[in-house]
Amino acid sequence: MRIVVLTKPVPDPASGAERLGQDGRLDRANSPAVVNGNDEYALEKALKLVEAAGEGEVILLTMAPANAPETMRKALAMGAHRGVLVTDPALAGSCIVATTRVLAAALATLEFDLVFAGVDTSDGFAGTVPAGVAALTGLPYLSWAADIRPDIGARTVQVDRISPTGYDVLEASMPALISGTQALGEPRYPSLKGIMAARNKELITLSLADIGIDPTTVGLSAATTTVVGQRPPAPRAATQVIRDTPDEAARQIVDFLADRRLI
Amino acid sequence: MATILVVGEVGPDGAITKLSTEIATAARSLGDARGLVPGASADAAARELADFLPAVEIERGVATDASASEVAAVVASAIDGVDVVVLPASPSGRDLAGVLSALTGLGVLANAVGVASGDAGPVTTHSVFGGKLITDGAFAGGRGIITVRPNTVTAEPLGTPGTVTDRSGAPVRAIAPVRLVERVAAEGAAVSIDDARIIVSGGRGVGGPEGFGLVEELAGLLGGAVGASRAAVDSGWIPYSQQIGQTGKIVKPQLYLALGISGAIQHKVGMQTAGAIVAVNRDPDAPIVDFADVVVIGDLFEVGRALADQLRARSG
Repeated sequence: MRIVVLTKPVPDPASGAERLGQDGRLDRANSPAVVNGNDEYALEKALKLVEAAGEGEVILLTMAPANAPETMRKALAMGAHRGVLVTDPALAGSCIVATTRVLAAALATLEFDLVFAGVDTSDGFAGTVPAGVAALTGLPYLSWAADIRPDIGARTVQVDRISPTGYDVLEASMPALISGTQALGEPRYPSLKGIMAARNKELITLSLADIGIDPTTVGLSAATTTVVGQRPPAPRAATQVIRDTPDEAARQIVDFLADRRLI
Repeated sequence: MATILVVGEVGPDGAITKLSTEIATAARSLGDARGLVPGASADAAARELADFLPAVEIERGVATDASASEVAAVVASAIDGVDVVVLPASPSGRDLAGVLSALTGLGVLANAVGVASGDAGPVTTHSVFGGKLITDGAFAGGRGIITVRPNTVTAEPLGTPGTVTDRSGAPVRAIAPVRLVERVAAEGAAVSIDDARIIVSGGRGVGGPEGFGLVEELAGLLGGAVGASRAAVDSGWIPYSQQIGQTGKIVKPQLYLALGISGAIQHKVGMQTAGAIVAVNRDPDAPIVDFADVVVIGDLFEVGRALADQLRARSG
């Protein structure tokens, strides 16, 4: 069982330091990077499946600036076996279209049974890249996974896809690309042994030339979308704090709801 | 005038989704808008969408239960002359946007919370970094795909319903098949939170699955859906499909009633753009006190029961 996990370093949402630069691009230098939360759930599931299969490996695939290995080592410390980083100065400022094409081209250089990704990322939140990569690579795409059940013998995989009112059981042949959610399970903490081992794990770097992408078709100059303005949100009105008996507090809530025509 | 294509989404009940009617309304402000509803038996849904758009086509080239990827490959055959494709920012709408973008090279302005027509094409508004920042987005070449979040605009039907005609496109690329084995309904998820007008949400303070009885009761009285914080989902009190926040869903109801939810940043990300936020919490220092409109410092069960009694009295 060989599973590739698309892993993106993102500014730590808990740091409160996420911001855009003057050019409207994400300022990645001024906030600590972590592995994107939804990618960690996908990675955890990949590790469990490879452990259960008793053979195979988990490969990280990342497109990011050259300092990404710092973050990728955290995922290697959780137990991923090796990493592939696509990095190139020309990639800075790439839009969704370019990111999707680059990841698809990089994926074509790897062998795998399954590809996992987080359903979206905490910096961009678009959640469109995994579907696009699947379309470009010709892989079946199964999204919003709460559970993933490969059948190695039959070369098929079943996914519980979260629906508004429960879940749909989907099935496709392997290899397939699956985007996963928090429902896949809590990611493990790296052990001290894992952290030590991660230092020596293989982490290779690919340039755009290595994956056959023309640098003029990616990056800020080729971006299909731009940020044309940024501002802080309008402040909410001051909070009305109620410290009263339950009946009186409830009455004030009802008044508020009636005033806003919500009841 | 720009040409806008709205791709409607058909719900499991065969009706057009509420979000589809909202994005149709928003699309009319961007230019000459028409609709496309995928599905061989989408007649009823297409007629419903035609209340909001002057012309709607039924895309017969895809099966009713086709995957979003298959739909995207056929929609890609319908975008000649289209400047902007407007899609719902629903789970399937996002999948559709990703595949359509990859197949056509069109950029995506994702999860818009506002759309307007600018000099050089549409300008979209986005809430990013957990609501700490508002950004405006535009297409570099004026053309592209916009996904719009629920409750961004209020759906407003046209005075005269639009026409409904047939189309039968072919996929521009073969999409690897995915088979739907079965649909499973989860308990406690009867009303979807995705585009709910009112959400009553429970957190760690609710204390257990029994405590969600009160949350459900209030949701029922208010005509809303039941949501939850991650703490409540991780404890197994309520299914993940109801989780609101960073790794759950982003919602924008007109009312968010939070019971026993502290309002940590991971949760705040998912609900802070709600029209009104009312919270009940024991802890006067909980983060939610800083961004709710109304906060009751007190026991959520005592206050919640009193509120339920008064709501019943009003409606009775």
